[in-house]
Amino acid sequence: MNRINKALEQNKKLLSIYFTAGYPSLHDTNKIIQDLEKSGVDMIEIGLPFSDPLADGPTIQESSTLALKNGMTTKLLFEQLADIRQSVNIPLIIMGYFNPMMQYGVEAFCAKCQEIGIDGLIIPDLPVAEYHEQYQETFEKYGLINVFLITPQTSEERIRFIDSVSNGFIYMVSSASVTGSTSGFGNTQEAYFERIANMNLKASQIVGFGISNNETFTQATKTAKGAIIGSAFIKYLTHNGVDSIEEFIKEIR
Amino acid sequence: MSYQVNEKGYYGDFGGAYIPEMLYPNVEELRSSYLDIINEPSFKEEFDQLLKDYVGRPSPLYYAKRLSEKYNTKVYLKREDLNHTGAHKVNNTIGQILVAKKLGKNRIIAETGAGQHGVATATVCALMGIECIVYMGEIDIKRQAPNVARMKMLGAEVRPAKSGSKTLKDATNEAIRDWINNPVDTHYIIGSAIGPHPYPDMVTRFQSIISEEIKWQLKEKEGREKPDYVVACIGGGSNAAGTYYHFLDEPSVGIIAVEAAGKGVNSGESAATSQLGKEGIIHGCKTLLMQTPDGQITEPYSISAGLDYPGVGPLHSHLYKTGRGEFYSVTDDDAMTAGLELSQLEGIIPAIETSHALAIFNDKKFKPDDIVVISLSGRGDKDLNTYIDYFKL
Repeated sequence: MNRINKALEQNKKLLSIYFTAGYPSLHDTNKIIQDLEKSGVDMIEIGLPFSDPLADGPTIQESSTLALKNGMTTKLLFEQLADIRQSVNIPLIIMGYFNPMMQYGVEAFCAKCQEIGIDGLIIPDLPVAEYHEQYQETFEKYGLINVFLITPQTSEERIRFIDSVSNGFIYMVSSASVTGSTSGFGNTQEAYFERIANMNLKASQIVGFGISNNETFTQATKTAKGAIIGSAFIKYLTHNGVDSIEEFIKEIR
Repeated sequence: MSYQVNEKGYYGDFGGAYIPEMLYPNVEELRSSYLDIINEPSFKEEFDQLLKDYVGRPSPLYYAKRLSEKYNTKVYLKREDLNHTGAHKVNNTIGQILVAKKLGKNRIIAETGAGQHGVATATVCALMGIECIVYMGEIDIKRQAPNVARMKMLGAEVRPAKSGSKTLKDATNEAIRDWINNPVDTHYIIGSAIGPHPYPDMVTRFQSIISEEIKWQLKEKEGREKPDYVVACIGGGSNAAGTYYHFLDEPSVGIIAVEAAGKGVNSGESAATSQLGKEGIIHGCKTLLMQTPDGQITEPYSISAGLDYPGVGPLHSHLYKTGRGEFYSVTDDDAMTAGLELSQLEGIIPAIETSHALAIFNDKKFKPDDIVVISLSGRGDKDLNTYIDYFKL
């Protein structure tokens, strides 16, 4: 069974952390992954940096620009991760935009992910219809879980369709925004979280965007299975470097 | 072979809507309604009326006698430079502001590079009394100060794009992010035949007035609707798309696209996307784009701020790949020389973008009885400083 599905079966709320590969320094990737696992994180999203990350706010965009400046490439990331499964067992997801994957070759990319032991992909700009028609077979051939996003504006019908093609979890975007731009959840979000919970979807939901501390993590996971922290963790790395990751995680739960 | 967009939003292998889920409701609202809206008689009436009384259409189709004599062929210039705001851009912004009104939107965003599309958007927003925010790269704001002032005078807010390379592609990213953050009340007026479906088709339809007029104007002047060639410069490709549109399925009409070679196609400072680009995804659309082998989008260069876009509209990628269009690339030097030549042969100072199309005569020899229609997409006032610096005027 895929490590993601195993994690989802656990009887606890899951904490997932996003970081941009190649940031703060080019070769921090493996240390960050190992320290996150040691700190008790349940799932990791490794950001493959892109020059034009449309869905991201300034924090993740700046970390991506710097990672690229540091020399990060798809090929180098795969080289860095080649032996990662010798040291960690945590579910690993690559999150990135579709163009770099296309240039690597979608099938070659998926094959490499399987070889390394990557469990899933999140590709914000690969629409569900295109995935379903052109790429689902390839992803599944290499045992990869593909994660789709839903937002407060996503219609019920579309959520049902996304649920039907999801083989892991649904990434529930907390509000109409790019990453890193909200602070705290209000009644609108709570109503939205509840509405989705009442739909009894087959795929679990993990909330992302706007989660930065214990308070927002607790609010987000009241009904959802887990939550993802990205920009707040990047900011922490910017200010504190990679040697005290455990401190950041301890504050969350 | 069809050159029209199919029901899934593709021109052959190119197009589609590669957008984050956060944008899906906005784009889907537009996709499911744009054809109904623009085909409504009341919409058509208002659109035509504004093009006539406000923009000043039809724009003349002018027989360029001295230019024709010099190159020993028959050259007609489609005078989009005479439109209100000085370029073809306003055809599209008029159309889109009317669509935005039908959709009940009360806030408009746009991206701009040189500022022409920003000015055309600010203009129609003033006309309709709608709030307007234009994203513009921080570097472009410095380079294009007069257009920034125009937008402000028209009541628009100009927001600097400070991310990435701080130019057009980043202004486009910022506009898309704004749309993600404001999904309900805002319409995004994209300025070129790019972006997720239905934008390339919608923009092309609004610009297709150019070729619609060419047909009847040429009939009046030459007794036939079809020229032998239509020529246009291409950045994202909206004036070209409009100039070609009614001739796409007429194989007797040659389609010529002129891209900006910058300092030379292989100089490392170029914007010749068809020559340097590979299939990929930019701003929600699968098309040819300039990128590193690793799939990072690169910054193009051209002396003309309106042509330095790293991608090209999906229709044009399709025309290139199928061979329906002949693609040429023209250097800064050749474009500037052609711009000066037109000024002195015909008394028309063209935009530097347009000067690229006018340089076609260096690369392509036409027959004496060929009818060649060139889209004179914009006027050169905005480029005076560049011309002055270049020619030491």
